[in-house]
Amino acid sequence: MAHPYMPSSAEKDKATMIAATGIVDIEELFEQIPPDHYAKRPINLPPGLRSEVAVHRHLTDLLRKNRSCAENLNFLGAGYWQHYVPAVCDEIAGRSEFLTSVWGTPSSDHGRNQAWFEFASQLGALVDLEFVGLPVYSWGAAAAFGLRMATRITGRSTVLVAGPADPERLGVIRTYCAGEDGEDAISVSVIPVDPATGRADVHAISQQLSPDVAAVYVETPNYLGQIETGLAELARLARANGSETVVGVDPISLGVLVPPARLGADIVVGTTQPLGIHLNAGGGVGGFIATRDEERYASQYPTLQVSICDTLTPGERAFGMTLFHQSSYGSREQGNDWTGNSVYLWTVVNAVYMALLGPAGFRELGDTILAGSHYAAEKLSRIPGVTVLWPDGFFKEFVLRFDDGYSVADINAALLAKNIFGGKDLTADFPELGNSALYCVTEMHAAADIDTLAAALTEVLA
Amino acid sequence: MIKEFHAARWSEPLIMEMGGPGRRGFVPPEPIADPGRDLVPDGLRRSIAPDLPEVSEPEVLRHYLHLSQQVMGMVGISLFGTCTMKYNPRVSQQLARQDFLAQIHPHQDDATVQGLLEIVHRFDLMLREMSGMDRFIFQPGGGAAAAHTHAMVTRSYFAARGELGTRREIVTSAQAHPCNPATAAAAGFEVITVPLGDDGLPSLDALRSVVSERTAALMINNPDDMGLYNPQIKQWVDAVHEVGGLCFYDHANFNGVMGRIRARELGFDACMFMLHKTFGVAKGGGGPAVGAYGCSAELEPHLPGPLVDLDDGVYRRRENPGGVGRVREYLGNLTEVVKAYAWLVAMGSDGVREAADISVLANNYMETRLMAIPGVSKSYPGMTKHRMEMTRYSLGDYTAETGLTAADVQNRMTDFGVDAFWMSHEPWIIPEPFTPEAGEAWSVEELDYWIDVLAHVLDEGRRDPELVRTAPHHQVVAKIDGSSLDDPNRWATTWAAYRRKNNLGSDGA
Repeated sequence: MAHPYMPSSAEKDKATMIAATGIVDIEELFEQIPPDHYAKRPINLPPGLRSEVAVHRHLTDLLRKNRSCAENLNFLGAGYWQHYVPAVCDEIAGRSEFLTSVWGTPSSDHGRNQAWFEFASQLGALVDLEFVGLPVYSWGAAAAFGLRMATRITGRSTVLVAGPADPERLGVIRTYCAGEDGEDAISVSVIPVDPATGRADVHAISQQLSPDVAAVYVETPNYLGQIETGLAELARLARANGSETVVGVDPISLGVLVPPARLGADIVVGTTQPLGIHLNAGGGVGGFIATRDEERYASQYPTLQVSICDTLTPGERAFGMTLFHQSSYGSREQGNDWTGNSVYLWTVVNAVYMALLGPAGFRELGDTILAGSHYAAEKLSRIPGVTVLWPDGFFKEFVLRFDDGYSVADINAALLAKNIFGGKDLTADFPELGNSALYCVTEMHAAADIDTLAAALTEVLA
Repeated sequence: MIKEFHAARWSEPLIMEMGGPGRRGFVPPEPIADPGRDLVPDGLRRSIAPDLPEVSEPEVLRHYLHLSQQVMGMVGISLFGTCTMKYNPRVSQQLARQDFLAQIHPHQDDATVQGLLEIVHRFDLMLREMSGMDRFIFQPGGGAAAAHTHAMVTRSYFAARGELGTRREIVTSAQAHPCNPATAAAAGFEVITVPLGDDGLPSLDALRSVVSERTAALMINNPDDMGLYNPQIKQWVDAVHEVGGLCFYDHANFNGVMGRIRARELGFDACMFMLHKTFGVAKGGGGPAVGAYGCSAELEPHLPGPLVDLDDGVYRRRENPGGVGRVREYLGNLTEVVKAYAWLVAMGSDGVREAADISVLANNYMETRLMAIPGVSKSYPGMTKHRMEMTRYSLGDYTAETGLTAADVQNRMTDFGVDAFWMSHEPWIIPEPFTPEAGEAWSVEELDYWIDVLAHVLDEGRRDPELVRTAPHHQVVAKIDGSSLDDPNRWATTWAAYRRKNNLGSDGA
């Protein structure tokens, strides 16, 4: 029987091609493979399910074992957040043209290139910077590439990472900086969070600003949700030391927060996931890199990027790749780091999301998140045995410390039994914060959801 | 029979040029409560609103629908070589949108994601069966990321043996994908590129002359992008192993050999499969993607985490102490892993074998017809054995005859609903190259049409070279004038930069 994915699996079509090719048996075509290269035994997988009904049933049976944030109440965030995805985002994400494009030409895939340009332009507006590359794999990758750009710009080989650092992102940064053990490594030094404030320890960082420091990396809002108040001071100190300031940011905060570039950031990176991308079990990550439109920075991008340009028709606009030659596609190992397939379908969706929200949408969304998360923190702080570590100056996420008696793991297990996904357990990664968890509240949470959590926590801790 | 075609042409403005003050595309929910004070620390509230468009929801929808119609993708015929353009089953697109996948947070308790972890584990086992490797991970977000992962695993492996100081070189070939040398260099290794011999293959002697106790790894694809299978690949692996190096098989060109060879049995220590190519996952214009990385038990301790294990009927994520740490946050683009798993379930051993047969048959069918077209030659014609799933051709003779380049021909072909062909990665070894890859998802009629269009365009170029040189004419926009693209005074990756460099107001006027 022919397979529905393969037109020429019909015998007649195969016979047509075999005859036209002048062979008798398809095996003749594999004559380049020496006999002793063949697999010692056939590939043993179950026979294919040629009926879509069977495939659908099989996958559905497996995936139904999952419990999702849709039918449970979720307070997990930690750098990866449950935001609302407008229906138009999904409509565009599902368009076969965007879904299946691969490379094309600027003329025949013009619409995709325009959407990419609109991503860069709108993201640039949010971060208040004029040069934006096409996204990379993830926020961690963007931060790491941004730091590697800084090492090339300064010719220095140490980077300082301001705590609190997400262990996931920090792991990626360390890997991209080639570890700590090699003779050619970029040295990554993490300065612990100031446990009194939940913010970067500006004084401790300034003590480490040696002539070898290429860059300081700091995030705002930071991993523990705090809005960094020392960013301008840090950027000033870094600049005085000849170091670049690389800032990681959650773009959804930028309707209400001053863009880091206004506070002295040189290279701004961050995540694209909040901009219209579903959680996707972690498969919604994406990272951006943005700077001032200066050759000093532009010449160091490892990414692809599209630029507006002319066509042979007077007055007509198109979008072509700029500085392609400095990518690994253009120059192999002589290029800046490397590039490849990234998350460009999400880039189109990000453009849709930013267009839908507009300036008022981002501002209102930011205020809704600020109000909801502070409402939740205040409400939860009244529960006996719960302390909000830093009750002010945060965006979307905040830290709860529980009195001794129950571990965060026990509490989360009890909440899970009540269909609640409790906050991210911080005890292993931030032991200095005690018995703590990171709670996330977004526009997805109604007041009743916070009340449900408060009641559940009260019961669990009683 | 050449069909009439014209791409959609909406003369669509930029979204930043659309809309008007006060229009809304999305309204967030009201705040839960009025906080009664500014919750942003002093001096850190944004006072100048971001310069974003103000557009209503239907306008945004129609704008991006117009843009989607101005993308050819696989709505036309796409035989984009090296990328294995195959059908992306819509059943898994539909499944991926449902809450049981789309609404899963990566930090959820293992107990709540058993179905997902089971798919990851099952797919790992299936890829082990196909490759002979002992463990697969799915964190690398593309083929280049998988190559980088190998470079990092190589570092970890030699660091653990105390040899990283001397193992400084990674060997590849001039025909290997640029990501291999580029990631090796980014990981701090020196790159040694083995040139091609007269038969189009890098020779075993040339390899032997460059490997030494300084060799950390070989990173290579096979067959290469010209359709040449290296018959001495086992000896290559042996030669690298003899000096203590590791061997990485970039399986970008797996489609023609799947079901017939196993990377591990050829001696490789690690390999990579691109789920967005060989395993039916959509390209998305360049991701989200997965470079599934598999390795031997000896390298497994060096893998990045987390890993997924099955213990007593329960699936668990665990760290891999002593390994690379992270190459990417979380477990990878699991939505794409689920789609690839669904594809492999639908194909099975029989379907995979048949896909390989058809893709190699279809390429050779195309070659028979293409080589009969005047002006078309193939790379290394002295290599007379049948090519694998793709063949690299040259329009060098045609360029000499007409002055028209492969890029000109490529542009003109898009005027007939045919997606641009792939030419070649750098470096261009063959003049005016083009590299179609038939795959298994295109019908004989569609392959014939592609060939007919090429022949038609080459004829046109002989009769009316200007027509082809100035192509496309039936596309969304004309051929670009790329002269501004590398000029810092003229390039503009954002609308703000464009307006500043062209002294335009905020409305672009």
